[in-house]
This record gives sequence, structure tokens and C-alpha cells, in this order.
Amino acid sequence: MSNQHQHAAETDKHYLLGIYNDEDVLLEAVEHVRGKGVKIYEVFTPYPIHGLEHALGYDRSFMPRAAFGFGALGNLCAIAMQSLIMGVDWPMIIGGKSFIAIPNFIPVIFECTVLFAAFGMVGTFLATNSLYPHKVPRIFDRRSTDDKHVMAIDLAKNTLSEADIRSILLESGVERHTDANGVEHVGVKQRNFTDEENKGSFIRYLADLIANGVTSSNRALKTSN
Amino acid sequence: MQIVTDIREPLVTGNKTIHDITEDISKRVEESPTRSWWIFFTLSLVALFSGGWFMGDMLWTGIGRWGLNRTVQWAWDITNFVWWVGIGHAGTLISAILLLFRQKWRTSINRAAEAMTIFAVICAAIWPLTHMGRIWVGMYWVFPLPNAFGSLWVNFNSPLLWDVFAISTYFSVSLVFWYMGLVPDFATIRDRAVNRFPRFAYGLLSFGWVGGAKTWMHYEAMSLILAGLSTPLVLSVHTIVSMDFATSVIPGWHTTIFPPYFVAGAIFSGFAMVLTLMLVTRKVYRLEHYITLEHIEMMNIIILVTGSIVGIAYTTEFFIAWYSQVEYESYAFINRATGQYWWSYWAMMTCNVISPQLFWFKRIRTSIVMTFVLSIVVNIGMWFERFVIIVTSLHRDYLPSSWGYFTPTLWDIMCYFFSFGVFFTFFFLFAKYFPVINMAEVKSVLKNSDAKVYKRRDTIKDTNNVI
Repeated sequence: MSNQHQHAAETDKHYLLGIYNDEDVLLEAVEHVRGKGVKIYEVFTPYPIHGLEHALGYDRSFMPRAAFGFGALGNLCAIAMQSLIMGVDWPMIIGGKSFIAIPNFIPVIFECTVLFAAFGMVGTFLATNSLYPHKVPRIFDRRSTDDKHVMAIDLAKNTLSEADIRSILLESGVERHTDANGVEHVGVKQRNFTDEENKGSFIRYLADLIANGVTSSNRALKTSN
Repeated sequence: MQIVTDIREPLVTGNKTIHDITEDISKRVEESPTRSWWIFFTLSLVALFSGGWFMGDMLWTGIGRWGLNRTVQWAWDITNFVWWVGIGHAGTLISAILLLFRQKWRTSINRAAEAMTIFAVICAAIWPLTHMGRIWVGMYWVFPLPNAFGSLWVNFNSPLLWDVFAISTYFSVSLVFWYMGLVPDFATIRDRAVNRFPRFAYGLLSFGWVGGAKTWMHYEAMSLILAGLSTPLVLSVHTIVSMDFATSVIPGWHTTIFPPYFVAGAIFSGFAMVLTLMLVTRKVYRLEHYITLEHIEMMNIIILVTGSIVGIAYTTEFFIAWYSQVEYESYAFINRATGQYWWSYWAMMTCNVISPQLFWFKRIRTSIVMTFVLSIVVNIGMWFERFVIIVTSLHRDYLPSSWGYFTPTLWDIMCYFFSFGVFFTFFFLFAKYFPVINMAEVKSVLKNSDAKVYKRRDTIKDTNNVI
């Protein structure tokens, strides 16, 4: 752990952000940064970038397995439901068909398979990514849902010093631009989250929103670096 | 930062940057409604309430308000149902089937098309519920719920029940698919919000989305599987709707060609409705750079293809009616073309078979005015198709003493008008408060990745396997 963060409260989080303009530069940067032995916490992008998950070394998504499992469950439920209703609970002769007429059950079996697979998979997705209506997002940089790609590096999880990581980021192709006053902005910055921000209480967020409105700090992030 | 190649037209024109996309689409949500929006929304509300008054009166008094009689027991109600369900096919077709086929031009139209699907299915669901006469029983008689009739269950041998499962599954899966697509865009609007209420509302709607790479990875896998599930689903829905007719023994309904022919017709009318709506939205919201002439041309080509399939189906039906040598069957078809309802048959043939053939001409399929006119003509034709199938097959019963003729009453017309009110009220609310174009997806197709950058990267070993 780097020395300069020892004094901070243990539950606070300190991140160094690299901000990129272009998806291809970002992909190269991810490989560059990881190649130097830096652990990346996460990369936030405004749209899905193909190959980013490979570059970050993530395992394949388990969504296909979830969909298959729930689909199989729906399939069995539909077979069981129709067989029990039509064949066991109240058998009736309809058009001289057998009580358990499998060909007639196929449409409902199919629909239930799709229904269970879709809802089960979406539920799994929301649960595993902890997405829910009253979630308070931990936003690293407000522009990451607009046009910037933001690479976040957790300083506590890296053995390299902040200065070393900063110089690695600086040579990885972060965005640079000069503003109207001739000041050069470089897309490397620190982002700290207090313990309170990490926990993200919805009640506190709502109270803050009502009391302070959309605060000036929120807007400032959109234009500054 | 768009790289223009010589190979093909860019999907988004006007040299837009990624930030421009955010601005162009989010601004429509953030700014206060325009005058034209208020005018159209008010008209929708007029349709909703004036039609709703007749609908309420019909529900209070009974379906005797409609022009149904003992011979023609299904008329405008089921015609409207099949028509709206058919329209509801285009959205999922665009978002699911075109996703599987990697047709990237779909990205700027899929959001509105899916919304249209959902609202059209809501409009469709009105009809089976109301034609039961007592709408409250429609809520629970159709589902396999334990009940007070000695646990007498629904009949799983009946295509009408398959339809209940098909439509409700289709609606709920489409809704989830659409909503999951909206989540990243709601997050974009949330992060731009400068007022309390939009920040709060879009914050709730966006589910705390921040767009981490791992979330996007699961999201992409999920979208692909939802597309894979929706593809057979969308085909199954209209197949099952057609089985409502095809598994019966009424001449004119009892045909094996119905499932593919209904599916083609559904896509045909759905694309026509998407075009009608998108041409208006494009104009009102100044989205000409996102919904380009290429999009319009592509959709017109699909209309041409499906319209021709429908034309072949009509001809095949006629041929088989003669070739099968079934007297009742051939009478049903001759009667359609030359009987009392000849005008509806020829309206159908003109609108559905002849008019889309105009799209063979590039000048017509790239003309916005002609596209708009023909898209409405196609939907008129598709309404007549369902009317022809349903009413002309019923009005000549086996016994000449039971022959009848159906004439719509004011309630038939106004209840149909009501469903337009429902549809457009939802659509205009959607167009104002939700991002009408999928920003995240359009951003991802903006840039044709530079080959030089790809070659330098380590994680892509196989250079032929990029994108």
C-alpha cells in the first residue's frame, strides 16, 4: 500500500482516474496499464466496447447459463402445469383428444420457456450488478455516460505509488486539451469517496437533493477535468 | 469523430461527435414541450376521451352496441385485435432479428419501434378483453387460476388460450427488452440533469447505472440472448394468432398457409406503422442525421419483400381453394372477391399487393412523401385483410337461411378510434419524456474502427476477427 494514503480513514476510497476520448486508445491504454502491473478497478464507458472485457481479463458472462437454467425451469413448469390441470385435476374429453395431449401443449410450453428465461436472466443481471430503482450510483466522472471513457484505479489495491501510476496513465494516451485561457488540461485526476458516499443511502441522497438541489459540484464535473 | 469510408454510407450523417448525440437526443427530453407536441398530444387525448366515452357506454350496455349479429359474431373487434398485434411485430423484429443479423442500421430506429410495439400490443389487448362483453371476467377467466367453478380450468387444447400466453409473454418480454435498453440512456439524462425532479425521476428509472465494463459485458450478453429469445417469440405470436382461425373448420379460415402468411403480413404492417411514426418524429425532432434516407430505403425494401410474400399468399390461397376441389372453400374465396364484400377484398388487394410494388423504383422508395403515403396505404390494406378474412368467411354460413351482412355502428367506429387515442397518447408521452433514439447503441456504431489501431493491440490476435 502506498504511504501517502495511510493517514486517510480506512473506509474512504481513493481512486486515480484516467480519462480517454477514444475507444481504441482506451483499449490500448488498458493493455498498457495492465502490462505495467497496475490493477484496474473498473472502466466506465458510455457505450459497450467490444474487446474491453478481454483487455481487462474478465471471465465470460454467465448470462447464457442463467437464461438456460431459467428457461429449463419454465419448460418443466409448463409441462407440469398443463399435465396436472388437463390430465389429473379435472380430465375432460375435448374433441376426442387424449387428456395429456402433448402436441397441443407445445405452444404454452414454448411461451413459458421464453418467459421464464427472459425474466430470470434479467433478474439475475439486475441482482448481480446490484441495479435497482433506489440505488445511489457512485459516479466517478459524470462524463462517462456522455462521451468519455473513465479508467478507475483503486490506489489501496495497488503496490505502486500514486506518482508511478500517474506517470503510467500520462503515457497511456489520456485526453489532453487546452482551454480558452491557454491552460492545458490532462485527463488524469484523483477521485475520493468518503465512507458515506460508498454506502450510498437513498434517504440521505434524497434529503440532500431536496435541500441542496443538483449541487454546483455536480455540474462543475461536466465541464472541468 | 466519424471516419467516413468509401465502402458504404455512414449510419449517422452530419459529422456528429459522441457528445453531439448526447446533446441532440437528451435536449428533446430536457426542453419543454413544443407547440406541435401539445397540438398532437391534445388531439390524442381527444381521441382517447371521445372514443373512451363510447367504449365505456359499450361496456356498460353490452356488446349489442356493436353491429354484430348471429351470423357475424366477430367483426371489427377481432379485426382490430389482429391488426394491432400485427403492427406490434415490427419493433421486436427490428430490435431482435436485426440484432442477430448484425444489421447496425437498426440502432437509430429500434427504440421508437419497440415503444410502438408495446403500445400496439396494449391496444390489441383491449379487443379480446372487451369482446367478452364483461371485461372483468376477461381478467381472470383466461388464466389458469384456481376458481369457484369446482376448479374447472382453462382449456389448454384451445388456440385462444395459446394466444393468451403468447400475447402476454410477448408483451412482458418486449417491455423488459425495451426497458433494459433504456436504462443506460436514463443514466445519461440523470447525469445531465440540472433540476431536482429530473435528477430524482431519471435516477429512479436508471437503476443506478454507471456503465462499468463488467456491467456492459453482462448487458451485451443479456441483450443478445433476449434477442435470441424474442426472435422465435415474435414469430410464434402471429403464428398462434393465425391458429385462432386456422384450427377452426370455417371455410376461408381453415388453411395451413395462415401461420407464415400472417407473420409476413404482421411484419409488413408493422414496418409501415414504424415508417409513419418515424417520418413524423424525424421531422418534428429534427433527427434527419440519425434516421437517414438509407434507413427509410432499407425499411421500404422490407415492406416490398413482405408485401410480395403477402401477395403470393393471397394467390396461393385462391389457387388451393380451386385445386383442393372443396366446394365450400372455393365458394368462400369466390364470394370474397365477387360477393357483397367485393369492395373490401379489392381494397385489400390494391393496398397490399399493388401499392408496395411501387417500391421497386428507387425514386419512390427514397421519396419521403411517397413513403409516408404508402405506409398509410399499407396499413389501411392490412386492416382490410383482417376484415376480409374474418367477416367474409363468416357472413355466408352453411345454411343460406343464416346468411347475414355486417354493418358497423357508431360504437364500432368510436371504439376503434379509442384504441388510436390510447396508442398516440402513449406514443407522444414516450416521445417527449424518453430518449427516442438509443444513444448508447448509436454511439457504438458512430466510429468505424481504425484498422491501424487494431493491428497494434495484443488482445486481438486474429486480425480477421475484429468486430
